[in-house]
Amino acid sequence: MGLLRFPPPVTADPPFCLADARNDRQVAMEYELKESQTLETQTLEVSLGPQHPSTHGVFRMDVVLDGETIMKLKPVMGYLHRNHEKLAENMSWLGSMPFTDRLDYICSMTNNFAYALAVEKLANLEVPERAQYIRVIMAELTRLVNHTLLIGFLLNDLGAFFTPVLYAFREREKILDLFEAIAGSRMMCNYFRFGGVKLDVTSDFIPRVRQIINNYPKFLDEFEKLLSENEILMARCQNVGILPKELAVSAGVTGPMLRASGVPYDIRKIDGYSIYNRFKFRVPIGEKGDVYDRYYMRVLEMRESIKILDQAIKEIPDGEFISKVGAQGARTPRGFKAPKGDAYGRIEAPKGELGFYLVSDGTPKPYRYHVRSPSFINLTILEDMCLGQKVADAIVILGSIDIVLGEVDR
Amino acid sequence: MIPIAEIKQDIESKFLGTTLTVDGASLVIAKEHWFSIAKYLKTDPSYRLDFLSSVTGVDYKEYLEVVYHLYSIEKKEGPLAIKVRTDVQTSSVPSVTPIWRSAEFQEREAYDLVGIKFEGHPDLRRILMWEGFQFHPLRKDYVMEDQDRVL
Amino acid sequence: MIFGGGVIKGMLVTFKNFVLSYFSKEHLTTVQYPEERLPAKERYRNFPFLIFDNKPEDLRCVSCDICAKECPPKCITIVRDSDASGKPLKRPKVFDIDFSICMNCGICEEVCPFDAIFMDHEFELAEYGRFEDLNYHKEDLLKSAEHFAKIRPQDAARIDAKRAEKAQKVEPAKPQSQT
Repeated sequence: MGLLRFPPPVTADPPFCLADARNDRQVAMEYELKESQTLETQTLEVSLGPQHPSTHGVFRMDVVLDGETIMKLKPVMGYLHRNHEKLAENMSWLGSMPFTDRLDYICSMTNNFAYALAVEKLANLEVPERAQYIRVIMAELTRLVNHTLLIGFLLNDLGAFFTPVLYAFREREKILDLFEAIAGSRMMCNYFRFGGVKLDVTSDFIPRVRQIINNYPKFLDEFEKLLSENEILMARCQNVGILPKELAVSAGVTGPMLRASGVPYDIRKIDGYSIYNRFKFRVPIGEKGDVYDRYYMRVLEMRESIKILDQAIKEIPDGEFISKVGAQGARTPRGFKAPKGDAYGRIEAPKGELGFYLVSDGTPKPYRYHVRSPSFINLTILEDMCLGQKVADAIVILGSIDIVLGEVDR
Repeated sequence: MIPIAEIKQDIESKFLGTTLTVDGASLVIAKEHWFSIAKYLKTDPSYRLDFLSSVTGVDYKEYLEVVYHLYSIEKKEGPLAIKVRTDVQTSSVPSVTPIWRSAEFQEREAYDLVGIKFEGHPDLRRILMWEGFQFHPLRKDYVMEDQDRVL
Repeated sequence: MIFGGGVIKGMLVTFKNFVLSYFSKEHLTTVQYPEERLPAKERYRNFPFLIFDNKPEDLRCVSCDICAKECPPKCITIVRDSDASGKPLKRPKVFDIDFSICMNCGICEEVCPFDAIFMDHEFELAEYGRFEDLNYHKEDLLKSAEHFAKIRPQDAARIDAKRAEKAQKVEPAKPQSQT
């Protein structure tokens, strides 16, 4: 080891100087190094969370560390559990609609969408054309909100404290303002009804959406300029938390996570639910499946969402915003009965596949109501991605999965 | 997607001694054969159901049921819904976690909330409720604390 | 590009935003809340209130209990009033909404067949107590039709028209039923 050496003291009793102090430290360091090779090391168990700021809520990771390297990681959840499914079983079909807002509280519109879709499948309800378009516009705006916010918070996890988040919030607020004007609430929209939507959009809706989609690419360009080529971000994200294709498919990972691993699977394309098969958009896929790919996937998806929005506001027809049966059902929720049977409705929510499995026994309440939440299932492979990485990387990997604890714990 | 009646015939011819029933749009499979059929469905080139979307436990009072929704990402097909039933006393179903990793947390959830034991699951613990919680909240006989407020 | 160029590019973006935040409204979107307020949107919904027409005794609520039953978190409690002889009256004796439970979903407003309950815009409702202070009683919930017309003019116009139409239908029917 090429350690710095100072000449030995010349005088018998040398004056204490800086060089000596340095020399003493070097000797001590050498001694420590020699000792540490013979010392026993042990792993350290750390409980990351549930009150950790970078776990996006009340989520805990029980980590076993060797130095800073992760040897074992067990996700622990349930701190926000309120048994949404049991609540829904004791409520009218429509009664759980406001509760679905609170699953993934960042994108309540898509939660409403998935639930409405599942119930419509179960009860064979028609949805008027205009309502379909409103739904798609709302869902895509929600995707913009979610992905913008995710990128902001991912950077927070990396240590870029709050600058990207505030830029993200600034843009998100414009969309939330629109939600408030249409649905009555910024985040807890409760806007979808079985067979349509709650209220028609206001007359200034289309111009406002147009304004958003005109300004959004500019914002995305700026955001990308700030982040995409930033060397620190690249160094922290590239080749971190690689998720191989086969494992991603087997582990049921969905959404941008799956596509970042190179699997072109987008439920909007595959199922073509609602009216998604009418729009032209591309499905971006990643190469490596690392954190950087997952980050970039969101940027690309936002650009595609803007394309869908652009087409949707051009084509939106006039007409009813809710079918007659649906309007009747919304006025008397306890009078709404779904026929006996079961149905599984799924959509491409911003975080992945959001599915509702519903069983009806012909009464006004669901017999069984199950939410297949993307955040929850995407967490399955958290340990696989984190093993052998550093603790700081585990935080970034968790951030790139994009979890919302309202949905994980339900 | 292959029609469900053909899938039923195919599986019955490949796995002698099993009888499947069609329940609506889903197949009901006996739990003794479920694990090997699951392996077959995942690997056979005519199905390639490589994506297990959702696992749901349902309590039908007389029996418990696990509903699996399978999709094929490779062939972009699906869904195939499969129901596996078990009686309330034994309440156990073979785990498919070795076949599809996505079942890992979902089976733990079904165990936690409905009380179905998945045999062969690597780490079957409660996931949402706390350890030491006595009951399974999604069973129909579970009594809620605020029963009087229910409609 | 040179190593570190990406960081410099990013810094330029933040610097641009920093400078522009002094000049452009687009870049400085915050509002100094208690002094400045954003205009309320008409459809904005917060906690519900009970509407009366002219004087507080003229409640539109007939105590039908539909909202209490449909309310997803079950925060409404209604007890029907009765006269001296015990005959039930079409007005509530108790009408409580527990604002600590209410989740502003607006379902009560949608299901009410008598247009008696609406969502308010009032959101500054801090209280010292957690339980009884947030349990709003009938007197606290009462608000006039003018208040409703002020906060939600379009909805008020629509509902007034609907009510007028209903009243017209009922009135000519009355003499027929007597004969």
